[in-house]
Amino acid sequence: MGVAPFRAKLRSAGAAEPIIALSEVSLWLGGREILQDVTLALGRGEFVCVVGPSGCGKTTLLRLMAGLLRPDSGSVTYNGRPVTAPANDVALIFQDYTKALLPWRSAAGNVSLALEARGVRKADRRPQILDLLEKVGLTQHADKFPGQLSGGMQQRLQIARCLAQGPSVLLMDEPFGALDAMTRQGLQDEVLNLVASSGTSALFVTHDLEEAIYLGDRVIALHPNPGRVAQVFEVGLPRPRDQLSTRELPAFLKLRRALFDFVQEHEH
Amino acid sequence: MKGWIIPVSLLILAEAFARIHGIASDSLASPSQILVAAWEILLDGSLLTRASQTLLAALSGLAIGGGLGLFLAVVLGLVPPLARLLRYPIEAFRPIPSIATLPIVLMIYGFGYRMEIAVIAFACFWPVLIIGQSAIAGIEPRLIEVSRVLGLNFFGRATKIALPAAMPRLFLAFRQAAAVSLIVAVTAEIAMNPQGLGFELMAAQSSLRPQVMFAILLYVGLIGWSLNALLLALQRRLFSFAAAAKVSA
Repeated sequence: MGVAPFRAKLRSAGAAEPIIALSEVSLWLGGREILQDVTLALGRGEFVCVVGPSGCGKTTLLRLMAGLLRPDSGSVTYNGRPVTAPANDVALIFQDYTKALLPWRSAAGNVSLALEARGVRKADRRPQILDLLEKVGLTQHADKFPGQLSGGMQQRLQIARCLAQGPSVLLMDEPFGALDAMTRQGLQDEVLNLVASSGTSALFVTHDLEEAIYLGDRVIALHPNPGRVAQVFEVGLPRPRDQLSTRELPAFLKLRRALFDFVQEHEH
Repeated sequence: MKGWIIPVSLLILAEAFARIHGIASDSLASPSQILVAAWEILLDGSLLTRASQTLLAALSGLAIGGGLGLFLAVVLGLVPPLARLLRYPIEAFRPIPSIATLPIVLMIYGFGYRMEIAVIAFACFWPVLIIGQSAIAGIEPRLIEVSRVLGLNFFGRATKIALPAAMPRLFLAFRQAAAVSLIVAVTAEIAMNPQGLGFELMAAQSSLRPQVMFAILLYVGLIGWSLNALLLALQRRLFSFAAAAKVSA
């Protein structure tokens, strides 16, 4: 498909042409400084992972980028324009899929919601819904309600709904944190495939360091209390990645070591 | 099966007691006399007329009062400043017993459906408003965020997220209000309004026909029970997704 060189080209352009950029962003919530002078950028077509201990403002960072929060100082821009409200082609995948899905709508109905919000005509929705459910492997479960699906399937469903937005940016908030290891690895590869085939930019928040290295082009580590950027790690591992061989690469292990050391050093 | 033992033996005892002592009372009647009376008022059509009057008033009052309550609950739920503004007026009016408004409403509308419906509507308004408000306030905040991220407009947010999310509890509010509507309807008819089952009950009492009185009481209970059963069945149908989730869990 020639996806890899295409992505590589985009990545090198990424720094010059960010799709979402935060510049000296600070945010206070409930009298506490959550983020302090955060400056970072997500390049077009780039996959960036954000790691850090709890209380480092990872989730807040995503909510700022999604337009659910406004910074107290500094600026958040999407395609060069200030973010004032959620943009309909920026999708946000929540960790708590049980709360984020509409329990009274079937799997197909949940995907439909995003299409309805975009104003897609009723007659055009059905084929798109089936196409999206097929992408995430839920074709057999179109008419089931979220409560009848396993955790992994519910998270897939949420991903399908986000893809229905036709997103240019996919923001993910510890999406696999509540899933078991096997399901998690399967979904990691699915997300990588979906992102690669659609050319979407992705920002992925996680507390799992290996997951961050495995998925990302770059890993941004945050300091807690208040949250600020501590260090940026360039990953540079070849794509497509593979659960076994990628994780055995010396470069992977070296990065893993560096990240673990970094986290230990800044634990207290 | 066991649940029937006590009521059935009580009925047999009452019947036996009435036959042995041969009561001729102005206030009591034997179960068999009550059943005969129940059958008679069913056949001569008087029950149907009176019951439909009571039901018409109760359901109209429920629709008007419950509808207004629901509307206000949604508006107040989605516009918090308005809710704060109306907090004290609501707290001041809510404790007024609906029946206490009867004399005032009678002055306005006179006897008939309008006054009865007005009192029932007043009574049904409060439970729907109060439960409805907390139902809207209790919507999962994540769902509101989802609707924002998806870019739903205000109308879409209200109809596709807020109302369906609050629906199970809103339905509960209506079930409570339905029970209230029947109670208030019969009470208003007993106290003042010359129509419906309540009035018939008073007529039977003043003409010293206790068997008819008890027969009507039986029907009032039956109507209340059916109304609740109907709403419960509807609830199960409407919210099958919740049941489905429980089965698979």
